Amino acid sequence: MKSPFRPDAVPDASVLEVHRPLIRSLERRGLIRGGMSLGALVMLTGCDVKRPESVESALLAISRLNDWVQAQLFDPDRLAPTYPASMILRPPKFNAYYDVTDVKPVNGATWRLDVSGLVADKRPWTLQDLQALPQTSMVIKHICVEGWSYIGGWTGATLRTFLEHVGADLRAKYVAFKTADNYPSSIDMATALHPQTLLATQYGGATLADPFGFPMRLRTATKLGYKNPKWVTAIEVTNTYPGGYWESRGFNWFAGI
Amino acid sequence: MNPEPTTASALSTPRHRPARRLHPWPIRIMHWINAVVMLVMITSGWGIYDDDVIIRGFHFNQFWRLGDWAAWSLNWHFAGMWFLAINGLAYLVYGFVTGRFRERLLPIRPAEVVQTIVDTLHFKIAHEDITIYNAVQKILYIVVILAGIAQVITGLAIWKPVQFSGLVSLLGGFQTARVLHFAGMAVIVGFLIVHVALAVLVPKTIWAMLAGGPRLKPGNHAEGSPVA
Repeated sequence: MKSPFRPDAVPDASVLEVHRPLIRSLERRGLIRGGMSLGALVMLTGCDVKRPESVESALLAISRLNDWVQAQLFDPDRLAPTYPASMILRPPKFNAYYDVTDVKPVNGATWRLDVSGLVADKRPWTLQDLQALPQTSMVIKHICVEGWSYIGGWTGATLRTFLEHVGADLRAKYVAFKTADNYPSSIDMATALHPQTLLATQYGGATLADPFGFPMRLRTATKLGYKNPKWVTAIEVTNTYPGGYWESRGFNWFAGI
Repeated sequence: MNPEPTTASALSTPRHRPARRLHPWPIRIMHWINAVVMLVMITSGWGIYDDDVIIRGFHFNQFWRLGDWAAWSLNWHFAGMWFLAINGLAYLVYGFVTGRFRERLLPIRPAEVVQTIVDTLHFKIAHEDITIYNAVQKILYIVVILAGIAQVITGLAIWKPVQFSGLVSLLGGFQTARVLHFAGMAVIVGFLIVHVALAVLVPKTIWAMLAGGPRLKPGNHAEGSPVA
């Protein structure tokens, strides 16, 4: 099946190989230069400093270091705290890169979940297929990078169960998501296999409402809110860094909590 | 009879090294690194704060925020944290191992605290000898060191509330930990205002933090006066 993640014609990968040493040295140089201007720049706080490129690349290099640190800190056996069902906020808090009035509902009957990448079985899934998998419920805290939080109750198949079903390569690095609202996202495999990472189809015991991702959204208890794409339409298992909507705008990729 | 009288005399032999300065070079380096990093952490923190304010209606003006929007404020904050934590840890180790903390910050006598407050209220701020810290000064330094440590702890809790969920519940929950992190910032900013104002009033303290300041008598203590 044609991958929804990849264009038909890809650039020649050897170009990247040839320039790899150059790219590496640029990054390192940027980090050193940026690190030194870190001190100088702060004296100018408040002045009209539009992130100079060297500072920006130094900060992004440290953000990538932080991805690695967070992966080391991540304990695959540690469960996020759970709460009694009575504490579930109804309805949940809506948040997206656009207003709730701009939500475009997805038709659950015609919805299909595409599967691609390092998996044995690439047949698309229907909502009924997903619901036929063993279901897990969890009442967990949603923590947004902005600082707010709420307790929500989610039900669905664990992503681990799903990945095992499609014969995914569980040693791959990333699991990537495409959504109906053009909000690409991706997580590390360790988080994908965590028992509190669900393909959620229900909230608070009822079918997921339109603004919160009907028919299916990702819900992981060990990452910040922006790592939980709604209206998921495609899942890919890959070793190529897939990035994401906010990540391409400067936010940290791992975003573990 | 002991034919070895050397031990005692060797110990009492005066060393001919020049006397230590008020601020040895490691202190000066760590002080200025901390000054820069603290400003990075405070101003980038204000940028992060603004997306979900703790005090309703209270915002930090864009002028004071590091990072032109949340993504970059966050990147500054999570880059600065390494410098703050590593430099801060080095400072604590240095302070305890060399005895500087004990020497400079202790003892604090309640009577002295009262006297300093009374003097200050009468605008009698003694600053002839900058090697002597008054009781209030000592308390302020101890408070800001503790606030710095608290910021790292509450910061860790809100950075990784699942991995450090025990710490979060100890602090009274995620939102409480956020408020504590904000309060710690307020304490440090309060200190900073007093600290900078007094340093500007007595400029030789700034010079001392750059060049090292007056030399202290050998085996000096807080009471020791400078040897020109």
